[in-house]
This record gives sequence, structure tokens and C-alpha cells, in this order.
Amino acid sequence: MLLSVNNLAVSFGGVHALSLSQFSLRDKELRVIIGPNGAGKSTFLDILCGRTKPDTGEVLFNHKPIAGMTEVSIARLGIGRKFQQPSVFPGLTVYDNLLLAAKMKKDILSSLFFRPSQLLKARIHEVAEKIGLTKVLSSIAGALSHGQKQWLEIGIVVLQDPKLLLIDEPAAGMSDEETYKTGELLLELSNNHGIIVIEHDMKFVQQIARERVTVLERGKLLVEGSFNDIRNDQRVIDCYLGRNSTQLENL
Amino acid sequence: MEKKIYYLLFIAIFALLLPAGHLMGLVSINTISLWGRYFCFAIAALGIDLIWGYTGILSMCQALFFCLGSYGIAMHMLLKTAGASLPEFMVWNKVESLPFFWVPFQSLGLTLILCLIIPSLFAFITGYVLFRSRIKGVYMAIITQALALAMWLLFLRNETGLGGTNGLTDFRTLIGLPLSSPYVKLGLYLISLLLLCVAYFACNKMTQSKFGKVLQAIRDSESRVSFTAYKVMDYKLAVFVIAALLAAVGGMLYAPQTGIITPGRMDVKASVEMVMWVALGGRGKLKGAIAGALLVNFLYSICTSLFPDSWLYILGFLFVITVLFFDKGFVGLIDTLTKRKEPCY
Repeated sequence: MLLSVNNLAVSFGGVHALSLSQFSLRDKELRVIIGPNGAGKSTFLDILCGRTKPDTGEVLFNHKPIAGMTEVSIARLGIGRKFQQPSVFPGLTVYDNLLLAAKMKKDILSSLFFRPSQLLKARIHEVAEKIGLTKVLSSIAGALSHGQKQWLEIGIVVLQDPKLLLIDEPAAGMSDEETYKTGELLLELSNNHGIIVIEHDMKFVQQIARERVTVLERGKLLVEGSFNDIRNDQRVIDCYLGRNSTQLENL
Repeated sequence: MEKKIYYLLFIAIFALLLPAGHLMGLVSINTISLWGRYFCFAIAALGIDLIWGYTGILSMCQALFFCLGSYGIAMHMLLKTAGASLPEFMVWNKVESLPFFWVPFQSLGLTLILCLIIPSLFAFITGYVLFRSRIKGVYMAIITQALALAMWLLFLRNETGLGGTNGLTDFRTLIGLPLSSPYVKLGLYLISLLLLCVAYFACNKMTQSKFGKVLQAIRDSESRVSFTAYKVMDYKLAVFVIAALLAAVGGMLYAPQTGIITPGRMDVKASVEMVMWVALGGRGKLKGAIAGALLVNFLYSICTSLFPDSWLYILGFLFVITVLFFDKGFVGLIDTLTKRKEPCY
């Protein structure tokens, strides 16, 4: 197992944001997590990448406990995070955005005397090709379109060479065509990385969910299964169609 | 090519024209000395540009670091001038023996080292505390301002043993050379110019290295930098110390050229003014920091002799129109006017 989570719980000011009894991910698996607003999806990713500290519970990444570690050490272990709002470096060129992300020594002295190797340049161009940004490598990242920024951020995460990619709503704000491309990109990436994707767009989920889909609802695991199982599951339909909470509790 | 013209122009005016003008008797030694002091400010401004323009951390205590350098070298010069006896202000204050912290400043070597180590250590410790608690933005500005105020109050006191309100003055020699001699003044001017150039090229190298790009990345999106596995705090701390060092170097050259250093140089207003030079010149561009420091101070000298009371209005007006109409400063304005393209890869 690349990732296994047991009895994870976190609450913000008394509200249980997440209480997940069990979750696991194989190596090179692409898992989609869906769920209505406030289901705890982003919170879950926040815990995995060290942004939020869990109250209780265990997170094992490659059999190593990582809960409570800092963002930097978790990133070093090989977990990369793409945020919902594209988070790139708008003042730098696309090339520099990718260069900074690439896996290498990241202390001050190495940065001061850094010289890019041919291998690294080739790798950056390879990733740029993959995310379709070869033509804009020398433009300022702030000038990119929303969709391109999303791809750039995926590129940044991929260049860190993580074993696990955490991707939060990659298709948000994208056109249909861009969404489709993003899906293909994620499928291609899943040949080499474990990936967790959060998404709302069902068409997009259908495109990328080749294996299991996890449904979260109010911080708890509702159901896990293939896309078709999920689509026909009455509980999932109910929670998405927004039956009120008493009805859900009676289910 | 275009870039080289600016460099050549700068060197031609300040390294050749001004000194040659002085030797021919056209430019007074006071003018030379004045520009020498502007260069000191420009060195400090480079540091401010690194920390504020590139990294996005608004530090409002750079004048304090500047003065730490100034006071150090002034202490040394004062001790040398006084010789075997105590500096005059100590006699007036009825201090009977040299305070312990003055003793190391009797040696020039130790003085130079301390002038660099004290500000950087000070910056390291305050920076460590501030960045560790993840203080940023306006809180950083407020806390550093409070720090500047606290240190100013400390230096104002006679009991601190640094001359109180009057500061340190009346030093006459440096490495045995009389400071009043025009040649020594010219020499100090040239050293300041040289160090400004060295500082500029060092900063330029730094900002173009990956280190500089990480700094800009911190300014743009700090959390993304952490998630890309850089220790943001290390980088912030490093740039804070570098900025403090640059300010201290500027300060060390400033004191012998001015002949006086008082706590007035290190109050909150002084730090705010330093930040304004960079804002007016164009932050995020090293040339902007230098242009801002030189031009604003030059303007200050002109305005205070022509219309003595209106300087603050002029500065305020300049600041407002800069913020409103050309937020990239003078250099940004020139760039937009000449429409230079960004370098391509």
C-alpha cells in the first residue's frame, strides 16, 4: 500500500470536519474522491500534505507515519499537492516555475550556485510538452489563462517527482475541451504516480475513474466502489441531491 | 547592448567626470562628499530591494542596521581621535573609565568585523523569532518598526554610553589619515562608489541565480514554495541578514564622510524614508533601488536649499503619484517608455 489511513479525525472549533476510519491507496492507483460541499475532501488532502494537523489517527505513507510532519518534510518524502485555486508563481516565467519545482537539493547554498544540467532541462521540456505549455515557456506565469495555470501547477507537482499526487478540483473553471485534456493528462500520469483527485464534475469523473471512487459525506466515508456502482447508489444520489440531514441519518 | 549604456553612463559620470571635475576645481569637495554619502544610502537601498522588492517582506528597521555600522566605525574613530584619554562626551557625562563594549573598537580589524557581525547577528536573531512565528505582511512591518523605535529610544539615552541625542561626532582620523583632507574625502567617495558597484553586481548575480528566483517565488506564493520542499524560513532569514549586512556596509562608509552619527539617522522616519527611495526608484529592480536612493537624496539636497520647508510635501507628492500612476517607480517608467522586451529563453 502506498498510503493507508486509520481512524483519522480532525475538528475545527467543535465541528467534525473529518473522521475517516479507513482509507488506502495502492501504488500507481488513480483514486477519485467525490462528495458534496463540506464533506471534508479538501481537509483530507490538507492533512495528507501537512497543511492541517490531525487531532487523532494514523497516516502511513510507504509504511512511514507522516501525520503531524511539516509541509517541507512531507513534500520531501514524495507527496505533491495541487490546490483548488491555481497556486503558481505569477511573477516568474513558466520555465522558472517548473525549474524551481524540479527535484533537487533545495538548501540556500545549492540554490545560489545552481547550474541546470542538460538532463534537467530535458526533463523540464518533457513535462512542458506533457502539460502542453511548450510554446509559453518564456512567458510570465501570471499571464497564462486559468486552464494553463492549472496545468502549470500540475507540471510543478509532477516535476517534484512525487510518489503520490494530491489533486484538488483540477477541472474547476475549465472549458469542456480543457477538462478532457486534463483527464487524459491525469490518466497518463497514473502510469507512474499514485494519484488522489477530488472532483465534482461527473463527466470528468467518469472519464478518469478507471478504478475505485470514494464518496465522502459530512466527514465520513459513505461508500467506495467503481464509478458505475457509485452512480447507481441511492445513498450517493441522496446526498448529492441534497435531502435534508434527518433523512440521511435514517438511511 | 542597451543595458550596457546605462552602466557606462553611470561609470563615466561618477567615476570619471565628478572626480576629474573636482581635480580641475570645477566641483567642490562638498559635492563629492555628498554623492559619496548617497552611494552609502544606495548600498543600503540594494538590501531593501532584496528583502522587500524581491522577497516581499517589508522590513522597517533597515536604518537601524545602517546605524549599527555607522556607530561601530564612529566609535573606533572617536577612540583614535581621543588617543589615550576618554572621548570628550564621556568626560562631560562624568564617565571615568571606558565602558567594556567600547574596548574592542580600539582595534580597526576588530571594529570592521564587529560592524558586520553585530548587525547580521541582530538581524539573524530577530529574523529567527519573527519568521519562525510565521509573521508576515503588515505585522512584519509593524514589529520591525517597533524594534526601530525601541532601539532609537535606547540610543537616545546618555546612560547607553553612545553619546545620547548628540550621537558621536568630532572624529578626525581614520587609519591615521585626516578626514578633513580633500584627498581622503575623494578616496572615501571612490571606495563608496566601488563598493556600490561590487554590491550591485553581487546582488545582481544573486537575484539571477536560483536563490533569487526562490525569493521571488516566496513573494508570489509562499505556501507553494513550502509545498515544493523549500524551507521558506531559511531563505527569508538569509535575505534578512544579507539586507542588514548591506545596510551596515553603507553605514560604515557613511559615518566617516558625514563626520557625525546621531540616533536621528535610525528612527522610524529614517527607515520609512529608505523604503520610499526604493518605492520611488522602482522596487523589484536593483537599478531602481540605486536610482531611487541617488535621485531622492539629490532632490532632497536641492529642495532643502531652495525651499527649506516644503521637502516633506514634495516627497509626499512624489510618493502619491508613484503609487497612483507608475507603481514600478522611475526605472519602471523608463522601461515602459522605451518598451523594452523581457529577455527570452
